[in-house]
Amino acid sequence: MSRTTLDLWVGIFVALGFAALIFLAVKVGSYSDMPRSSTYSVMAEFDNIGGLKVRAPVKSAGVLVGRVGSIKLDQKKYRAAVRLDISGDYAFPADTTASILTSGLLGEQYIGLDAGGDVEVLKKGDSLMFTQSAVVLEKLIGQFMFNKAAETPPPPPAPAR
Amino acid sequence: MSAMAAGLRKLGAMAIDGVWRFGFAARFFLALFRYSGQSFLRLPLTIREIYFSGVLSLLIILVSGLFVGLVLGLQGYDILQRFGSSDALGIMVALSLLRELGPVVAALLFASRAGSAVTAEIGLMKTTEQLQAMDMMAVNPLARVVAPRFWGGVISMPLLAALFSAMGIFGGWLIGVVAIGVDDGAFWSQMKAAVSFRYDVLNGVIKSFVFGVAVSWIAVFEGYDCQPTAEGVSRAITRTVVYSALAILALDFVLTSFMFRGL
Amino acid sequence: MSSNISSHPLVCLQDVRFAYGEREILRGVNLAVHRGQLVAIMGGSGSGKTTLLRLIGGQLRAGSGKVAVDGQDLSALSVRGLYAMRRRMGMLFQFGALFTDMSVFDNVAFPLREHTDLPAELIHDLVLMKLHAVGLRGARALMPAELSGGMARRVALARAVALDPMLMLYDEPFAGLDPISLSVTGQLIRRLNDALGAASIMVTHDVQVSLGLVDYVYFLSNGVIVAQGSPEEIRASNDPFVRQFVHAEADGPVPFHYPAPPLESLLDGAAA
Repeated sequence: MSRTTLDLWVGIFVALGFAALIFLAVKVGSYSDMPRSSTYSVMAEFDNIGGLKVRAPVKSAGVLVGRVGSIKLDQKKYRAAVRLDISGDYAFPADTTASILTSGLLGEQYIGLDAGGDVEVLKKGDSLMFTQSAVVLEKLIGQFMFNKAAETPPPPPAPAR
Repeated sequence: MSAMAAGLRKLGAMAIDGVWRFGFAARFFLALFRYSGQSFLRLPLTIREIYFSGVLSLLIILVSGLFVGLVLGLQGYDILQRFGSSDALGIMVALSLLRELGPVVAALLFASRAGSAVTAEIGLMKTTEQLQAMDMMAVNPLARVVAPRFWGGVISMPLLAALFSAMGIFGGWLIGVVAIGVDDGAFWSQMKAAVSFRYDVLNGVIKSFVFGVAVSWIAVFEGYDCQPTAEGVSRAITRTVVYSALAILALDFVLTSFMFRGL
Repeated sequence: MSSNISSHPLVCLQDVRFAYGEREILRGVNLAVHRGQLVAIMGGSGSGKTTLLRLIGGQLRAGSGKVAVDGQDLSALSVRGLYAMRRRMGMLFQFGALFTDMSVFDNVAFPLREHTDLPAELIHDLVLMKLHAVGLRGARALMPAELSGGMARRVALARAVALDPMLMLYDEPFAGLDPISLSVTGQLIRRLNDALGAASIMVTHDVQVSLGLVDYVYFLSNGVIVAQGSPEEIRASNDPFVRQFVHAEADGPVPFHYPAPPLESLLDGAAA
């Protein structure tokens, strides 16, 4: 095998390899997770976060604006302390509400931000005043059953055989 | 009693031997770096090895990638449609390939195709005294023979893994979208939304790079260290494939636990 | 034959000892080789001949004693210094050790390309000259797999002298050659040595060919030099070891039997 054909084949191989990498980077992967440098963190406390995970999306009006940075249990209040890393491109009023929502019936949980009307904006290290916890399906069903039971009279005793 | 002592003695000898060999391999690794200058100053040497380990592995990598993708498409669809979420097929195919199957399976194939060939070549050069002859001509065989093969493998591996993953995703798309009829838009957009470049694509590349270093190291070391007989070479080839497979799977576990912890 | 002996030996071994672990291979070898000399080291298999050659080439380091080449103690040299020394040495390995992935031409060009910055045309001419000297100019495009054993040996010889060494080392240059190739190789070794003005050391057990070729012979047995002299002296020697070797007798100072308990003990059924 001569030098030139060998070089040609290696050239083709390297070009193909990089094309595959670029395909994976552009067509398959997304850059939606912003680098840490251009984000600011705010804290939000929830009574119950349900199945929320670190790196879950933070969305406002359905648009991805950040990620959940960390989740800890506040040992004094026994509430979940969630750090939200929000992209520096977006500013939110100080009275913004954070709620834990679920995408679809069985989908992943994420945090939705509903902007308030304050003129002040959230800054790094601020805490969100208004939060809405995750809907826990078991509790919801339990409540529903309880209500139903309260509405309907107890069934007549089964006739003895 | 004496049988037990003999057994223990054998165990001790094996342990000492194993530690000694690992230490030797580590020193070999350092020497490899020390004499790597030529691999980069005289690029044709390394390009030649990229041809032998990369280009010649291309066919098996592409074909295997395609088949793994096809299987993932079929199995993934079968499971996902039970939950009514066959649109997530793209996510499943892409994530399993990028995070695990791409780097791991490509590395296993690479070890058995290119790694064994490198061991055989270096082992044969040792058996026929070519390495010694080179040394006697004042040319360091580590710099001239071993290091270019090592770097050729290290450079080839991530590219092969990327090709494997890309081919696999294409295979999954072929089954899911073309054959079964999952929505084309949903396939790609769901995939794109769920796959992160930094966490999934880049971590996969890092994995395949680490595997490339491990497999190439094992391959050149086993070749260089083999008994200079025909039997010794064939044993060294077997060891390359076995140790590479173990190293790949063990490293994969370690890397995965670091990379995807808490996700 | 050996008229131009200079006062300084090119290779000088003083009381050299060497052991692999606890197995002693050489136990105090003294030897001197001068420029222009072609010296044979003979001895049975396992007598330490090849070890001796490797010590001179710097591939092994002596356990004690001094191995000096061109006045420099090899054990005192750094890796770089040793490599500088080896550029002035050529070694012919037992089966040639040609690089199997290169053509004959590239094999001979290898040391020139690695160690010199000569332009390609000059290397081309030099390689053809060397190949011409061994009579294989026409085989330059062949691959080593296409060569016969004798041809491979000659190509390796051309490669070993590519840098015009001052010292040539031959490891069993006649092993496995047919009579014609054998005498061709022998003549080449002699001719190259005289043309280069180099010193050559040849490890061999081919007594008859060597005696007709070399200037001086050392006999090595059990790690020591047991006899030495010019070929005439060797032929006339009454030393029992030399006689056994030169006349290829089955039993003598080199025993036919590997050390074993006497046969009677086996018959008694008391074998350990």
